Amino acid sequence: MTLTVDITKKLGDFSLHMAFRSDARRIGILGPSGCGKSLTLKSIAGIERPDAGQIVVDGRVLFDRTAKVDLKPQQRKVGYMFQNYALFPTMTVAQNIAAGLHTGSEEKAARVDEMIRRFHLTGLASHYPAQLSGGQQQRVALARIMAYQPDLILLDEPFSALDQHLRERLQHELSGMLEGYGGQIVMVSHSRDEIYRFADELLVMDSGQILAQGKTQALFDDPGTAAVARMTGCKNIAGAERLDAHTLRIADWGIDLHLTRTVTEDVTAVGYRAHYFEPVWPGDAAGLGNCLPCKVTGMDELPFERRYYIEAAEPVCWFVQESERKELDERGTPANLRLKEEAILLLHD
Amino acid sequence: MTQILQGLDWSPLLISLKTGVVATVISFFLGLYTARKVIRLSPRPKAVIDGILTLPMVLPPTVAGFILLLIFSRRRAVGMFLDSQLDIQVVHTWLGCILAATVIAFPLMYRNARAAFEQIDANLVYAGRTLGMSEPAIFWKIVVPTAGPGIASGIILTFARAMGEYGATSMLAGNIPGKTGTVSQRIAMVIQDGDYMTAGFWVIVVMIIAFVLIFAVNLIAARSMKNEKRW
Repeated sequence: MTLTVDITKKLGDFSLHMAFRSDARRIGILGPSGCGKSLTLKSIAGIERPDAGQIVVDGRVLFDRTAKVDLKPQQRKVGYMFQNYALFPTMTVAQNIAAGLHTGSEEKAARVDEMIRRFHLTGLASHYPAQLSGGQQQRVALARIMAYQPDLILLDEPFSALDQHLRERLQHELSGMLEGYGGQIVMVSHSRDEIYRFADELLVMDSGQILAQGKTQALFDDPGTAAVARMTGCKNIAGAERLDAHTLRIADWGIDLHLTRTVTEDVTAVGYRAHYFEPVWPGDAAGLGNCLPCKVTGMDELPFERRYYIEAAEPVCWFVQESERKELDERGTPANLRLKEEAILLLHD
Repeated sequence: MTQILQGLDWSPLLISLKTGVVATVISFFLGLYTARKVIRLSPRPKAVIDGILTLPMVLPPTVAGFILLLIFSRRRAVGMFLDSQLDIQVVHTWLGCILAATVIAFPLMYRNARAAFEQIDANLVYAGRTLGMSEPAIFWKIVVPTAGPGIASGIILTFARAMGEYGATSMLAGNIPGKTGTVSQRIAMVIQDGDYMTAGFWVIVVMIIAFVLIFAVNLIAARSMKNEKRW
């Protein structure tokens, strides 16, 4: 089971160049709006035609410019879940699910019944899409795709049309509903949380280019470059000057970092996630290692989190979870914030 | 009143209804077809083609009638060819009625269909394609029903316009009683004779028919709109 995509497409000033190959069952594409994520999916599905390149799903060539292969979307067996679900408004739920079935009517009815049960749509068969909630619409869209039994499923920002409170629950629900599916699934999103939860393998892209590819956990642990670190949600990124194999000078934060691991010569920046700082008060155990003076310049109070902004040439974010807030309230603002060595991300260009 | 009804020639009503139905059916298919083609054009050719297709609606019907007469007169190339090779006569025949009514009413169908198609979410069509539906199936099962209310109003207006056509029809088909004499032409004729009672009778008939039809199609449109949100 391999998905190979190597395509280029120019659209006005924007140019897309996507080249990747993946054996993972759940592939995530993370990138900001307008980076070409949707265009990539549309090219795979045959809705858009790339200028050049090749698309191969599980050994089946869908598109190959040099070999003059360009299958119609109808022939590709690629399921596409649209951002707005694209349910047919004049068809009932049952008719929507049956839309992609080209078998006899008895078999069709049986399949529709099966999908309605599997996607918890019992009692809604004769409803119209406009009568359904966002979550129900998503389940119908998925049922419609699954009934069609595609070789590959593409999910285009599947949660962006939903209310915040539904989103969390449905992210969990979707994984469950996709469990029985044997093929590969590609999900694109600009949300780090959605992608992290979903993907085995992750592609990070920006401005029509792939910045990084790797196992999701590995990419979050070691993003490699500042751009990828930022995309995975790292708030604090600063330029670094390598003083020796174990020391980095961070001018923006006004500190030197001493590391036990070896710093290679290509390191040009460091990243530190805002949740990972450890507050240090005067009188705490000495010899604390890498510390940043904690001069708070601003604070945001969120329902379950407190966000501090620390003075530096490049302001540093420090996020404090609900559970740790109590200690802060008792002991006051700490003198320093300690950077744990294992949490320091070493970044190169 | 009974006097009028007793001696009445009902043929104008039949001719008008038949003309309206045939012209509407032709305009329906032709209008959907051209609308679908035109929305895929790039802006400049679109503006040109759209202008040509809409022209008959904007022109005075007598101008359209004059042009049709120029084309289909038996003394001209096209008319001569149709007459001698295919034995088809347009001028002073019921075919002329249909042609005149279709040319004048077609833009209403085309424009309404086009406006309705342009409102359709492209993702619906893409979704149909990725689900393996054929292009005709996508068009008839997804696009046309979704554009239903717009198309329905196109049908109403086309039928009303075709049934009431006067200017182009009188030039191309003439007013031959029992053959090309439509209700509109009958009304004009009897008024010239000073017979306001007969004219008034036909006026009422036309108004009733028009109202009943619009009411019926509106009901159908309302039913298809049942699940849409109101604002």
